[in-house]
Amino acid sequence: MNAKLSPRLVLGAFLALLAAAPLFLSPFSVTLLNYIGLYAMVSLGLVLLTGVGGLTSFGQAAFVGLGAYTTAALTTMTSLPGWLAWIGASPWLTLLAGLLLTAAVALLLGSLTLRLSGHFLPLGTMAWGISLYFLFGTSESLGGHSGLTGIPPISLFGIVLDTGEKIFYLIWAFLLAAVLTTQNLLDSREGRAIRALKGGIVMAEAMGVNTSRSRMVIFLIAALHACASGWLYAHMQRFVNPTPFGLNIGIEYLFMAVIGGAGHVWGALVGAGVITLLKQWLQDILPKLLGQAGNFEVIVFGLMMILVLQRARGGLWPLLRRLVPVRVDNKHIDESAEALPRRTPPKAGELILEARKVTRKFGGLVANNNMSLEVKAGEILALIGPNGAGKSTMFNQLSGVDTPTSGEVLFMGQPVAGKDSRDIARMGMSRTFQHVKLLPTMSVLENVAIGAHLRGDKGVLSSAWRLDRAEEARLLKEAARQIERVGLGEFMHAEAGSLALGQQRILEIARALCADPCLLLLDEPAAGLRHKEKQALGDLLRKLRGEGLATLIVEHDMDFVMNLVDRVVVMEFGQKIAEGLPDEIQKDPAVLEAYLGGVE
Amino acid sequence: MEFPIALMLVQDGITNGAIYALLALALVLVFAVTRVIFIPQGEFVAYGALTLAMLQAGTVPTTLWLLVGLGVAVTAVDGVPALRAGRPGRLLGVAGWNLAYPLGLAALLSILPLQSLPQLAQVALALAIVVPMGPQMYRLVYQPIASAPILILLIVSVAAHLTMVGMGLLFFGAEGQRTPAFSDAVLDLGPLMVPGQTLVIVAVSLTLIVALFQFFERTLYGKALRATAMNRVGARLMGISPSLAGKLTFFLAAFIGALSGVLIAPITTVYYDTGFLIALKGFVAAIIGGLGSYPLAALGALLVGQLESFSSFWASAYKEVIVFTLIIPVLLWRSLNSRHVEEEE
Repeated sequence: MNAKLSPRLVLGAFLALLAAAPLFLSPFSVTLLNYIGLYAMVSLGLVLLTGVGGLTSFGQAAFVGLGAYTTAALTTMTSLPGWLAWIGASPWLTLLAGLLLTAAVALLLGSLTLRLSGHFLPLGTMAWGISLYFLFGTSESLGGHSGLTGIPPISLFGIVLDTGEKIFYLIWAFLLAAVLTTQNLLDSREGRAIRALKGGIVMAEAMGVNTSRSRMVIFLIAALHACASGWLYAHMQRFVNPTPFGLNIGIEYLFMAVIGGAGHVWGALVGAGVITLLKQWLQDILPKLLGQAGNFEVIVFGLMMILVLQRARGGLWPLLRRLVPVRVDNKHIDESAEALPRRTPPKAGELILEARKVTRKFGGLVANNNMSLEVKAGEILALIGPNGAGKSTMFNQLSGVDTPTSGEVLFMGQPVAGKDSRDIARMGMSRTFQHVKLLPTMSVLENVAIGAHLRGDKGVLSSAWRLDRAEEARLLKEAARQIERVGLGEFMHAEAGSLALGQQRILEIARALCADPCLLLLDEPAAGLRHKEKQALGDLLRKLRGEGLATLIVEHDMDFVMNLVDRVVVMEFGQKIAEGLPDEIQKDPAVLEAYLGGVE
Repeated sequence: MEFPIALMLVQDGITNGAIYALLALALVLVFAVTRVIFIPQGEFVAYGALTLAMLQAGTVPTTLWLLVGLGVAVTAVDGVPALRAGRPGRLLGVAGWNLAYPLGLAALLSILPLQSLPQLAQVALALAIVVPMGPQMYRLVYQPIASAPILILLIVSVAAHLTMVGMGLLFFGAEGQRTPAFSDAVLDLGPLMVPGQTLVIVAVSLTLIVALFQFFERTLYGKALRATAMNRVGARLMGISPSLAGKLTFFLAAFIGALSGVLIAPITTVYYDTGFLIALKGFVAAIIGGLGSYPLAALGALLVGQLESFSSFWASAYKEVIVFTLIIPVLLWRSLNSRHVEEEE
């Protein structure tokens, strides 16, 4: 028997406790819970952005302020122009207005900074946070530093939510919806793309993921969560002023996410709870202790953050999880799911990849000189050569990572130059990497499923609301099929990082196959493999050849290459020195000289 | 706008711009060598200015106790392993810098007639208290996570910034301070009256920039820092210790920060949290230079100074908003000129 608790049971108990909370807690405690809910919603966005996506924002408080001020201004101002005034009739309309405005700002900020390296987004949001705070404070029409009062309460199905106990349920319903949709999103095709942002951008792009778009998506989601929290805040407090939307509060939100555990959706809740309660307590005790009034809790928070980041970067959530033994279920693979559609395979012998007189110079160094080669459907071509021969450069030209100085590379009759990795992936070229690129904390199944990214099309919203399950089942079934096919079936649910290097290479092949390619580019696939594994890999590649796949292998292992491939191209000093059948190559005097040195 | 007013605004802009330039240079330097985005730079400005103000008021600056505290912490962190490794010599060195120096300074401060010292001596004492906190901070906060991703270093920077602001409030109180000018002389240039303080600021900034340039071009340590900035691993293989490079960089940054604080204290009232806004303008300048180019950062600083001074004339309430939103067109321009999304390190 499994002694661990089922996740549903734990969640159910938590929800029951939560629902009953206003019945037995004091109004003050309920207010505190309301704040925790509001803060957790903002830090949930930061979990997605920072913990999962590897980006961050210090301007979340400003997005909260945008939500709060939009609804405050629209519902209280009497002198609004007619085309705006009707929105103020209901807080639900102003929520929509706030979300739209926030989305516009986030899109603008995101499009400015997301193309730059990771640290420009936080710096941009920092400047944006400060600017908006000053704007709220100085704008006469927004009430300056004293703010706006008289905001109406929200009504829902005729119930006016005018007390802390009543709005409590709305706040927590919003938060739980946000947590669940975020959790759903992360467990989907789009979610895998988002999780690939942290340390897997080159790989994800090669699998057809638009990583810039994924970055933008999580920045938008984080901003919208913050905006919704601000809307709730304004209607709970019934007044707004600039103070809770300053940069310091924006930083506090980030602290909540990091201290709670930036990698987990529930970490946001833990962080918001810990920081809110701790702040309450510190604000009580520190002024007495230090003999003066002021925000001294930031000293404690700051030091806490530094310690957490130095000692326990995962935050509190992983520590908490160890205390409550919740079962972790393996992903279910639905054998009855319909198989994914496949591309029409090219006819045997059809020309798939062609390099014509490719030359690549780096300054004065000619890395590839006048290189030509062809790969046809249903054959395996090996590109070999001693170290420094220019194989990797050639590989980059073929896969479109780099552009030749002169000459061209044609894939399925179309030039590769100028296309980005995503387009090339879509055309049916799939590759592995010389230095294995996978997401070590994700399971083998999920890693392989990234390869099928282009074979699905369900977006963020369908993922968040679980409308993608049919497609997801098909994607996972395909991933599982490829994993079985390469012989990694027993590791299906293991963390990819726990595999041996050789197995990780095989995983990469499964991932590449998941894209249903017509050309497979393998960069040293046999390196690090044991004898049996090499045999299995050879068998697999022969089988794929039989199915009409074109394969190009860059490899060092001569035994492996000579027993497997149809033709060999040998490079030295950036040039082709020989081409032909494996047997011919093994006797070729130029090749022998390149590998073994000349006869003195 | 009349011409003399415009001239005055330009002059104001240059004065502030010179300070922003110094800060921007320090920010670029710290980022290049350690990959730390040094948000707490501004706190060194405030600490420098307010420590000087306390000295001039004749009290022993409360920041001294922070120096002692940090010294004890560094001694504990570095001394214990040294002792375990049986290297008492190293322990002595650590304790010398981190315990003996602050305590000696404390003794000196309690003997000296602080209020009646010449101004330059007061400035030297203020710097002697604040600047060593830079390397201490590197040792305690950044060195343990020196190889972490930029993002983590940035979040740690922000945490350190908040901590220092909180401590600033504790040390200096909520009251702002202004120190007497270094020079009461006024240079009369026709329509323009240039106060001596402006000249001091511009002269000191220029001298410092030239000195830094010489340091990086001529000295071994300067070259070591440049090497680390260019290629961290390569520099390390050549025997340049990353922690030494880090401490040295933070020493320079703290020195530039505290000196900037001392320079602006006579022209603006400095509060415990003023430093952040000042440093952030240095940041805008540094970002104009893409956090990588010294000359562009310095030019950016002059631009920020001018923008701030003119917007304070036309729309003083929106001065900060205008300066910080300048970052948006800059980012746009950078973004349009950048190529692909790069893999994070």
